[in-house]
Amino acid sequence: MTESNGSQRSVGDSPPRVDGTGKVTGAALYVDDLPVPGAWHGRTVRSTVPHGILRAIRLDADFDWSQVVVVTAEDIPGRNLITLIVDDQPALVPLGGTIRHVEEAVAVVVAPTRAAALEASRHVTLEVDALPSIHDLDAALAAAVRLHGDDNVQKRLEIHRDDADIDAVLAACDHVVEGVYTTGAQEQMYIETQGMVARWEDGRCHVVGSLQCPYYVHTALKPLLALGDDEVIVGQAVTGGGFGGKEEYPSMLAAHAALASLKTGRPVKLIYDRGEDIAVTTKRHPARVRHRLGLRADGTLVAADVDVLIDGGAYVTLSPVVLSRAILHATGPYRIPHVRVVGRSMATNTPPHGAFRGFGAPQTTFAYERQMAKAAVRVGMDPIAFRRHNLLRDGDTTATGQVLSGSVGSDAVVDALEQALEAEPPTPATRFGTLSAPVRRGRGLAVCFHGAGFTGSGEARLMGRATVAALPTGGFEVRSSSTDIGQGALTIFTQIAAQALGVDPVHVHIAQASTDRVPDSGPTVASRTCMVVGRVVEQAATALRERLETWGRSASSAAPAASTASTASAPPTAPTPAPGTAAGAGAHDVLALARRHLDQVGEVAETRTYEPPAGVAWDDDTYTGSAYPVFGWAACLVDLAVDEDSLEVTVERCLHAIDVGRAIHPRIVKGQIEGGTLQALGWALWESVPYADGRVANPSMTDCIIPTSSDAPELETILVEVPYAYGPHGAKGVGEIPMDGPAAAVASALEQALGVACDELPLLPEVLQRLVAQGGAASIGASS
Amino acid sequence: MTEWIRPPSLDEALAARREHPDFMLLAGGTDLMVGAIARPAPVGVIDLFGLPELSGVSRDPAGGLRLGAGTTFAALLTDDAVRTELPALWAAAREVGALQIQARATLGGNIGTSSPVGDSLPVLLALDAEVEVASSRGTRRLAYDEFCTGYRTHALGGDELIVAVHFPADIGRRVQAWRKVGTRRAQSISKVMFAASVERGADGTVTLARLAFGAVREQPIRALAGEQCLAGETPDAALAEAVAAAVLTDIAPIDDVRSTADYRRTVAGRLARRFVLSLA
Ligand SMILES: Cc1cc2nc3c(=O)[nH]c(=O)nc-3n(C[C@H](O)[C@H](O)[C@H](O)COP(=O)(O)OP(=O)(O)OC[C@H]3O[C@@H](n4cnc5c(N)ncnc54)[C@H](O)[C@@H]3O)c2cc1C
Repeated sequence: MTESNGSQRSVGDSPPRVDGTGKVTGAALYVDDLPVPGAWHGRTVRSTVPHGILRAIRLDADFDWSQVVVVTAEDIPGRNLITLIVDDQPALVPLGGTIRHVEEAVAVVVAPTRAAALEASRHVTLEVDALPSIHDLDAALAAAVRLHGDDNVQKRLEIHRDDADIDAVLAACDHVVEGVYTTGAQEQMYIETQGMVARWEDGRCHVVGSLQCPYYVHTALKPLLALGDDEVIVGQAVTGGGFGGKEEYPSMLAAHAALASLKTGRPVKLIYDRGEDIAVTTKRHPARVRHRLGLRADGTLVAADVDVLIDGGAYVTLSPVVLSRAILHATGPYRIPHVRVVGRSMATNTPPHGAFRGFGAPQTTFAYERQMAKAAVRVGMDPIAFRRHNLLRDGDTTATGQVLSGSVGSDAVVDALEQALEAEPPTPATRFGTLSAPVRRGRGLAVCFHGAGFTGSGEARLMGRATVAALPTGGFEVRSSSTDIGQGALTIFTQIAAQALGVDPVHVHIAQASTDRVPDSGPTVASRTCMVVGRVVEQAATALRERLETWGRSASSAAPAASTASTASAPPTAPTPAPGTAAGAGAHDVLALARRHLDQVGEVAETRTYEPPAGVAWDDDTYTGSAYPVFGWAACLVDLAVDEDSLEVTVERCLHAIDVGRAIHPRIVKGQIEGGTLQALGWALWESVPYADGRVANPSMTDCIIPTSSDAPELETILVEVPYAYGPHGAKGVGEIPMDGPAAAVASALEQALGVACDELPLLPEVLQRLVAQGGAASIGASS
Repeated sequence: MTEWIRPPSLDEALAARREHPDFMLLAGGTDLMVGAIARPAPVGVIDLFGLPELSGVSRDPAGGLRLGAGTTFAALLTDDAVRTELPALWAAAREVGALQIQARATLGGNIGTSSPVGDSLPVLLALDAEVEVASSRGTRRLAYDEFCTGYRTHALGGDELIVAVHFPADIGRRVQAWRKVGTRRAQSISKVMFAASVERGADGTVTLARLAFGAVREQPIRALAGEQCLAGETPDAALAEAVAAAVLTDIAPIDDVRSTADYRRTVAGRLARRFVLSLA
């Protein structure tokens, strides 16, 4: 790709993050830091039973309620719903309504201070007729308690590669590898807990919070409050991490804060403390995947039959889409001519599970990569050679019939991994303590892909928009609803826009993501921000520059009479034109032109709408076609050591080669990969969210363990760039793919180290102890 | 409003303690601040952090090390005498929380909380430590296993302060060991801790044995059956198995959100075995 010259070069560099100084110095205002004069504070009153009928909300007669306002379902002016995919989840359970999980919101108490609100909430009791409840997949399948339809199936999705009878095909295979893989819930553990501020002004409801998707909240609040598009304004405050946890759940906080503000006539702050946040917000879906793989004696894959179950929890929320991504990734980056995948999302009396980096793919990736590891052993092939033998390549067809064309980095990531393996490994950290036990070592591999952007027809439906405008104050502004949640969106958009405009990045400002100021670019999810919205930003910026240049050339005196803002759907034409290459259009010219245009004509802005590349077509009914516009590819290798006494695991080496298309900001991209890899190692080895009767049993950072930097190996991250013609400068999604592979690599390494099948996550030392005791490495724990 | 007293000397601290037995004693605050927001504010605070007479490492007249109760784990880690004579305590200090916590957390606070998962506490048992407590009535010394009386309880009187911890003069001669098995490598609550020390005769027999565990009972304990099994014997693989089996009768671990009874029991036995093997 051509770069613009000298000082304007930005894409491919790693300039300081635009939000970095504010965050490091403490100047950045997170939602709880926002000064809100006169605000009262809300505290949510929640159910303590997992299932029942709400009969009464009782206020302790001995408590002084004069300074407290209690908000219930009766205070809802519109529909009592959190609007998402299916209209099943109330904002507050009404009297006579059904409570479907512990910690379900029933009321919000509002008081002048946070402490007073907390105290008041302790004086509210709920009268509930308890009902029998179910808390896991087996109970949901048994359907003795029915929460959703007759069978508790919230959503069923199927993929059939062909009409073949899969059982017959498998029966004819030389080898059939079969396994059942279970994975647990995972807490996002963003560093900033969820929070929201609401206030009403001129009959309009203003909400600002810690969130990923302002327009999701906007969509949810309108029917709840019976307000129109312009009467609800949702903005993002500086947000301390999301990982999917702030995709759908913030609508719940926004609903409660808005209702509380409406009733009190004051601004209301609703900030969750850590315990509440862990106990009530969404987690990664627990899953169980049964996977049958048929192959020929020479290691060629023939058939896959996969059954995917995810625990959706008490309401449908985003589970159908999580399930979709789960099944679309269920056979991995491999050529398999015969495929059947059946997925079901099951209802349980557990707080709804939801979006979390990877969005269903990590669960099925764990299953298929464990299968590949076993299959390689079965046919006696080297694990890398086995993968190479079966990998999808450019021109190959996926399980849904998608013919891959362009940016297929499957071989490239494996090559990169093999090359990196030859380098000197980093020295592993030593253990503390004065007693050391012998260790068992193992090595595991995972190769995977991850669809970038929305699933299926999602992007076509979303029609994400972005605007680039010249500012009266000088410089340019990018307006999109894509949020920076720590992942670097502000910086990357700045780079992309600056380069397309041909100006220095200091002249580009990113507007706050507030629904009254930015168009709907679609949600900040699905590894789509840089690839999809970044592309639209680039197109809008390019259009603006071209428009200014045209204006400057054609009418240095005669101003054009046309409207000053334009919108267009730019049909994607690859490759991106190199900015600043138009004759004579230097940086100064564009800035000066913009200033002149503002003086002589007025404001000028360009808006563009995303259009999927030609040939990306998807059929929701048959589940066939292009599941994703493009895939990222990854190869991960883990070396680990297991302490023979404690079965504690030390990850000694973790290499991760990922095809990102193009790294717009290599340091941020590496940061994403390192963070995602550690999150995946955490899911594999440390992170456990046990439930007791549908209630999170460890709702604190003390007990809900995530790895620390002391637990992390020196991560060896390798960026592979196989450009994607329709992404900005070749970039494609990177946010989620690092989450997919490492867990399977860890499990395979542990299997090698201990000689026991490791088919469940998390592989806590307690689990390893159970597996070892059940069989396998008999000598573990014996004298050595 | 909570009253806040920051006594400049031990005498004044003891006077404040006598006068305000209901005030909270605050050292580094790393235990007290956790969850403080959910508890009613204390009526008053006696802030001991940094009080000179409670801080630092010295030698008592008998030649043993005396660690002031207000000494932080960070300070213990930089002390040469602690590192060479109390390697088990040094190793335990290294694993308390992480650097930020070590900078505030004090030995006296660990003892004051008296939690079954206090990392220094099994070390105090294994090294025959004594706790020095004082009030305006005077000073007394208690062996740590008398001081700790149960789950998060201890023998401190309502007008007393923990002043120091004393170790035997010849403690440096013992072979010492420490192993923490926690939920992760740092900022971790222990699932099993093991501290041990032995003295050996010229012929290699164990003449004195101390085996202590944390997190496997309601309070830190000495594994007396294990010690009996080890004392007077010459360590070898068979003895290691015997000691491992014996300690299982000393402990009564539970299932909780951090681990399982089975895991704790199994690992406790293996750590004892590993220690004996290391002597063989
Ligand atoms: C993030 C984090 C990680 C932690 N990790 C560990 C760990 O790995 N291992 C571990 O053992 N602990 C850990 N802790 C707990 C804590 O740090 C230790 O128990 C520490 O030793 C407490 O010391 P402090 O000075 O902070 O005590 P404080 O919190 O000030 O006081 C603790 C108790 O001791 C009493 N007290 C303090 N000084 C005296 C005195 N001189 N006389 C009488 N009573 C007194 C107080 O009244 C209070 O009851 C951790 C805590 C946190 C927050």
